[in-house]
Amino acid sequence: MIRQFWQKLVTPVDGPLLIFSGLLLLVALIALASASPERLTTQLVNATVALMVMRIVAGIPPQRLMHLALPVYFAGVLLLIAVALFGDISKGARRWLNLGFMRIQPSELMKIAMPLMLAWYFQKHEAMLRLRDHAVALLLLVLPVALIARQPDLGTAVLVFSAGFYVIFFAGLPWKILIGMGLAGAAVAPLAWNFMHDYQRQRILTLLDPERDPLGKGFHIIQSTIAIGSGGILGKGWGQGTQAQLEFIPERHTDFIFAVFSEEFGLLGNMVLLVLYALLIGRGLMIAANAATLFARLLAGAVTLIFFTYAFVNMGMVSGILPVVGVPLPFISYGGTALVTLFLGVGILMSIHKHRMLVQK
Amino acid sequence: MEFKNPQEELERFRSRLAFAGGFVLLFFFILFMRFIWLQIVQHDYYQTRAEENRISLVPIVPNRGLIVDRNGLVMARNYSAYTLEITPSKVKSLSETIEALAQIIDVEPKDIKRFHKLLAESKNFESLPIRTRLSDDEVAKFIARRYQFPGVDIKARLFRQYPLGINASHLLGYIGRVNDRDIEKIEEREEENNYRGTDHFGKSGLEQHYEFDLHGSTGFEQVEVDSGGRAVRMLARNAPVPGNNLTLTVDAKLQEIAEKAFGDRRGALVAIEPATGGILALVSVPNYDPNLFVDGIDTQSWDLLNNSADKPMINRALNGAYPPGSTFKPFMALGALTLGKRRAEQVIFDPGSFTFGNHTFRDDKKGGHGTVDMYKSIVVSCDTYYYMLANDMGIDNIASFMGSLGFGSRTGIDIEGESEGILPSQAWKKKRFKKPEQQKWYAGETISIGIGQGYNAYTPIQLAQATATLANNGVMFRPHLVHHITDTRSGKLIPVEPQPLKALPLKQEHIDVIKKAMVGVNTEGTGARAFAGAEYVSAGKTGTAQVFSLKGAEYKERGMKQELRDHALFIAFAPADKPKIALAVLVENGGFGAQAAAPIARQVLDYYLLGKVPKTAAPVDEDAAAQEEEPE
Repeated sequence: MIRQFWQKLVTPVDGPLLIFSGLLLLVALIALASASPERLTTQLVNATVALMVMRIVAGIPPQRLMHLALPVYFAGVLLLIAVALFGDISKGARRWLNLGFMRIQPSELMKIAMPLMLAWYFQKHEAMLRLRDHAVALLLLVLPVALIARQPDLGTAVLVFSAGFYVIFFAGLPWKILIGMGLAGAAVAPLAWNFMHDYQRQRILTLLDPERDPLGKGFHIIQSTIAIGSGGILGKGWGQGTQAQLEFIPERHTDFIFAVFSEEFGLLGNMVLLVLYALLIGRGLMIAANAATLFARLLAGAVTLIFFTYAFVNMGMVSGILPVVGVPLPFISYGGTALVTLFLGVGILMSIHKHRMLVQK
Repeated sequence: MEFKNPQEELERFRSRLAFAGGFVLLFFFILFMRFIWLQIVQHDYYQTRAEENRISLVPIVPNRGLIVDRNGLVMARNYSAYTLEITPSKVKSLSETIEALAQIIDVEPKDIKRFHKLLAESKNFESLPIRTRLSDDEVAKFIARRYQFPGVDIKARLFRQYPLGINASHLLGYIGRVNDRDIEKIEEREEENNYRGTDHFGKSGLEQHYEFDLHGSTGFEQVEVDSGGRAVRMLARNAPVPGNNLTLTVDAKLQEIAEKAFGDRRGALVAIEPATGGILALVSVPNYDPNLFVDGIDTQSWDLLNNSADKPMINRALNGAYPPGSTFKPFMALGALTLGKRRAEQVIFDPGSFTFGNHTFRDDKKGGHGTVDMYKSIVVSCDTYYYMLANDMGIDNIASFMGSLGFGSRTGIDIEGESEGILPSQAWKKKRFKKPEQQKWYAGETISIGIGQGYNAYTPIQLAQATATLANNGVMFRPHLVHHITDTRSGKLIPVEPQPLKALPLKQEHIDVIKKAMVGVNTEGTGARAFAGAEYVSAGKTGTAQVFSLKGAEYKERGMKQELRDHALFIAFAPADKPKIALAVLVENGGFGAQAAAPIARQVLDYYLLGKVPKTAAPVDEDAAAQEEEPE
């Protein structure tokens, strides 16, 4: 009977995905044990919850997920509007909504709701996809992103935007339009400077020249690049990173945990991490390629590329090639919300993989 | 409207997936290149920066060198004490913090005033003492409540202490907190690194002149610090080397006796060992307590010192320029002999005055001294003899001879800021005045130069140096206070100038004439009363320097305002045949030299030669006035 239960439990779970994400979780615990050992227990609890969420979602067929797309998306947009009107302000940004019994951050929900919604939308118009549909999709994308960017929460806005954009890209938005949009974006970029918050401009200036304010705005990025650079090829060894242990790295258990890892495990550690991410993403793309429906394909492709976006933006910012935005290192940074969201994504991929043969046309 | 071919659609989707896969690999490759750049190419640079972050060099201030007198008595030393310090940049409200501190620890208004004075002079990130010399009880009280006071801390610091108090303050000088001028000096010597962590600097006296000998080499502690700058553990330590010790030529006991001899009078005394130029005592009274300055003087004490009419902060021995009065005469006589203007036995007749042009220069003795030779001219201090002599020598001969004895130029003593005084000559006058009619030297002006009046103005140390040079038969030394410096690292003694500056081209027979006459002063002349019963043979000369010109009126001392009374002077050396000590004494507004200055010299010589410790300040011999010369 136990065997039956076990069988039932593991059936929807995809081995490779579980192994890659599990190894990433292992890296996370090793890094956290060095950066902030007192948080280890909490993160273990977070990981357990996240794995449970993954298993539950893996068991839900994609068709059921599709039915959730519309309500979840509109609930998300309404909540974002509510945040803009009644949200709590903390650290200069209006991101949280106080429901009386709990505080929620609706922008986090949009990371999954957005690809779900757009994948559903394209599935619905599968038979006769027109350019107009792409335009509507773009509108569905831009509205919540604008609301999030206004909070302001640039990191989440980037993630939500890219999640939705990947769906549109995979749905087949013509190359010439893509290129045209890219060119137009490049042309408008300088104008964007005028609409930026002061702190956002500072971040860009800091990226270009961190030493202009070494003890203030440049401090984070200078210290994290010092940590990475001083790690060398083999690293200083676990628990031996002076930048990390002497608290020169800020936010060293959350957004900047990569600096801690990189200082202590060096270039070799970084390669392991990149390979793990590449394998996870590769497996995700494979699942997308073999998915049963358009909805499943688009969703799987987008979710997979979100992992990439997280990883690239975080590592790029910590190593000083991207401006500082609040994006955690996927599966590694401390914190329950992001971990649950990520494993929810993994669960979706597993569900799509499990049901690839069931609804074949 | 177009109908889709599902297979075609799937192909397109898969090609886009492949594109995305390539995209991912490309961007991961960019990251990888970035890691190679940081971790291989730039590794050494970042490694160094990480080390710089981690390791902090904390300076360890060396012990300042000690100052001891010729007998090893300590005159300046250090002691360790706790201070309560505030770092202004780390404190929200200074006044509130101080108020709260005052609840636990005694903080007086003068402490607060001093703190604000230091604050005005300091950089914001320095920690400044609000209270010094905390008792153990106070330390315990504060430690218990330290958490309430961020930015306030107790520190163990070394303090300079001058155990003799006000004695010898003008020669020792004092140290105070480093200011901008001091920083300039430190930068000039390229000693910035060595002064990291030092917050005191010699401000005057020997403390100033020998600052870089006394300071020592700063040690460093290499500590690992966290990002907040807190020390986590010590990695290495490079011990500081204490400053070099100074051993003085000064006899501290003699110094004390000389200072006490003045009582509450103002004045200066310089005693020199003729054979070496080493200074035995350098007195300027009134003096001050250098201990007040060590940690920043409070405003009240400073105002008291600075505004006092007695000017206790001025070192009269080096910076006071006074007419030498009749103490000038032995040197005039020596000049006359050397230049062949007089022979010792040559006599003049003194009718009681000397007339030059239409001006009559009076002698102090009504009716005059009669026939006067050189010996008598010094013993009785005959003015007429020197009026005539000055007239015969001429101003420029006087100036060049006196200049060779060191009059009118800095002696080069090892204390900063010495004055030059005034050695009058035609050239000097031309330089000194602007209008042509003032620039001309009148022959009549030469007359009073002969008796040490007129434009003459010399510092007591110049007078003492000339007396020592005479005592030493013309071999001249640079007066100095430090006998040797002890190098703390090697234990080597570095002597300070035992070599003479020069030997003056004087004939011994001429010198003997003057010495004999000066012995006569103390046995049968103007100094005889002061030196009655002395168990040694001494040589001396009294002097009275005019502060106020009477223009023919009778000089009545008792009826005059104190600050208009004459300055009393005395020069002496002893024993006369083999001088061990030569000195010059000046008592401001003391009246006649025999009256006020000679008794001080007697006490100093008695102690130095016989070990006699006087019970009171030197007496003022009112009756000596009868024998004293009266100026013009």
